[in-house]
Amino acid sequence: MLRFVARRLLQAIPTLIILSILIFAWLRSLPGGPAQALLGDKWTPEKEAQLNATLGFDQPIWLQYLKFLGRAITGDFGNSSVSGLPVLQEIGQGFAATIELSFFAIVIAIVLGIPLGYLAARFHGRLLDNLTVIGTLVGVAVPVFFLGALLKFVFADELGILPPSGRQDVTINATTVTGFATVDGLLTREFDATWDALLHLILPSIALASIPMAVIVRITRASVLDVLDEDFVRTAESKGLTTQVIRRRHVLRNALLPVSTTIGLQTGLLLAGAVLTEKVFNWGGLGSLLAEGIERKDYPRLQALILLAASVYVLVNLLVDVSYAIIDPRVRVS
Amino acid sequence: MALLEVRDLSVVFSRKGQSPFSAVDGVSFSVQPGQTVGLVGESGCGKSVTSLAIMGLLPRRSARVGGSVAFEGTELFSLSDKEMRDRRGKDLGMVFQDPLSSLNPVVPIGLQVTEVLERHRGMARKQARAEATELLNKVGIPDPTRRLSEYPHQLSGGMRQRALIAIALACRPRLLIADEPTTALDVTIQAQILSLLKELVAGTETALIMITHDLGVVAGLCDEVNVLYGGRIVERAERHELFAAPRHPYTHGLLDSIPRLDAARGEKLSPIRGSVADNIPWDGGCAFAPRCPNALRTCVEVTPELEWHEGRLLRCHNPVQPAALGVGSKEAR
Repeated sequence: MLRFVARRLLQAIPTLIILSILIFAWLRSLPGGPAQALLGDKWTPEKEAQLNATLGFDQPIWLQYLKFLGRAITGDFGNSSVSGLPVLQEIGQGFAATIELSFFAIVIAIVLGIPLGYLAARFHGRLLDNLTVIGTLVGVAVPVFFLGALLKFVFADELGILPPSGRQDVTINATTVTGFATVDGLLTREFDATWDALLHLILPSIALASIPMAVIVRITRASVLDVLDEDFVRTAESKGLTTQVIRRRHVLRNALLPVSTTIGLQTGLLLAGAVLTEKVFNWGGLGSLLAEGIERKDYPRLQALILLAASVYVLVNLLVDVSYAIIDPRVRVS
Repeated sequence: MALLEVRDLSVVFSRKGQSPFSAVDGVSFSVQPGQTVGLVGESGCGKSVTSLAIMGLLPRRSARVGGSVAFEGTELFSLSDKEMRDRRGKDLGMVFQDPLSSLNPVVPIGLQVTEVLERHRGMARKQARAEATELLNKVGIPDPTRRLSEYPHQLSGGMRQRALIAIALACRPRLLIADEPTTALDVTIQAQILSLLKELVAGTETALIMITHDLGVVAGLCDEVNVLYGGRIVERAERHELFAAPRHPYTHGLLDSIPRLDAARGEKLSPIRGSVADNIPWDGGCAFAPRCPNALRTCVEVTPELEWHEGRLLRCHNPVQPAALGVGSKEAR
């Protein structure tokens, strides 16, 4: 298993390198550039040329790329052309916020999605099943930002039972250790801070969880229905095993194989939804950095953000493959 | 008292938007302790459905089961789901056709054997493992201790079927149902599995219902043979009698369509024409009549009943005459 993980991690390196080349070329093929964006109204050709020289954007692309790669290996992704701060420092602040939100969202999607999909399959063709199928269609179809705004309107503005935006109440004055608000509260024993952070997480993570959860429900349902028809389930029945053992050991374990693949793919897509959700709930994660970066043609920041997202995606899919190997002995590499 | 008494068993499948389909229609037979009974027929004749009905494994929502199945005097159809679960795997064991798909691919062989021991014989995990080793050994799996921790895909087809037999026999059931246990296997392995089954039930009180389309399997194993066609028994006889003189044209056709080593070179096989119709119209004459070489006018007008005929049960208006057997049979057509 260790060798399997190591090999997959090594495989990720060329993937990321190829991706970095593509991002590099893609960003520089966009019309305009950071100099234009920075100068705005004060733009003249001379000023642009001067600024490009200062920022190093006047050099040939391949040279720029090699320099970028050289520095990136040492962990230096350059300075943002908008704020002038080191890109990694900028990202560091938003990263914890986005990861925390995405983590809660995917956990909600999994913890509710799998049992619901299973129940729908068990009551196949009956009311619960039909309701679930309709519900998941709605879940997939409703845009994240709309659901987010709706939840905010009902639970924060009208009912006033949950906070409308932000990650934590400023009056809590929580100590920052890791940047993960819920974890920090536990580490520093400021439990009111953790509780407050959790309250803030509810609405955005539900909004963000809606689509992956709907997909997980549907895949689980279809997969359980498939497995129920399998011969080995009939064998298990012929052994007179209890329904609990048959469900847990024989049905669910097999049904989870396609579900784990789906979870991996959905976690990757979650980052896109996170950008929108963060906007609605004023979350202050990577979403706003990304949006601003695109608007202002901030090459260093965008390069780092996209590569980060890709790395997370690669890592999540590695986890999926590992979980696959744990569930299914047939894919284990000897 | 018979170990198993099946009376007037019928199974009707109904599906939304489709007319109900009668898969088994008034099947009756009994099995004595230690006896081996064959259910023979081609695909769709209702033999597997009969066995699943006895085991209580038919989908409750789409299959309507009628008649009665008494096991040691207890009516199985009147048992609750839980009571039936207590008997399955303990009193009634079953071996299925395709050993690869019948074993759970993600659960080690060992657990698939021990779970039934834990369930019905109340064994602890460790004790059950020792017993499982013993069982695998008994069904001829070499190095059983190692095999226990392996998964189905690591075993050969024959090994898998041996493992399934070990599972079915783990609690020493009084009745074992084998549904085409050799169909998915190589010919050489088929013979091994058959002799294993024979060896395991011979001299024990365990009765065996052998379900097959292969009369060769029946010939080597069964005491009594029921031939099914279109969900009904068309002929029942003691094994030697059946092979010596099949009287139903269908049974005769089945025997005649087996390739023979001693046949003259160039002689063609004689298949039974056509195939089993989807829905069997037993209410308007004999269901086999359209394919029958002996069909008379009565056959398509009057439905034949299962009646005693020279020491055997037969459902036919115009049985094959013993004199017309053997070489003469081809000219008789």
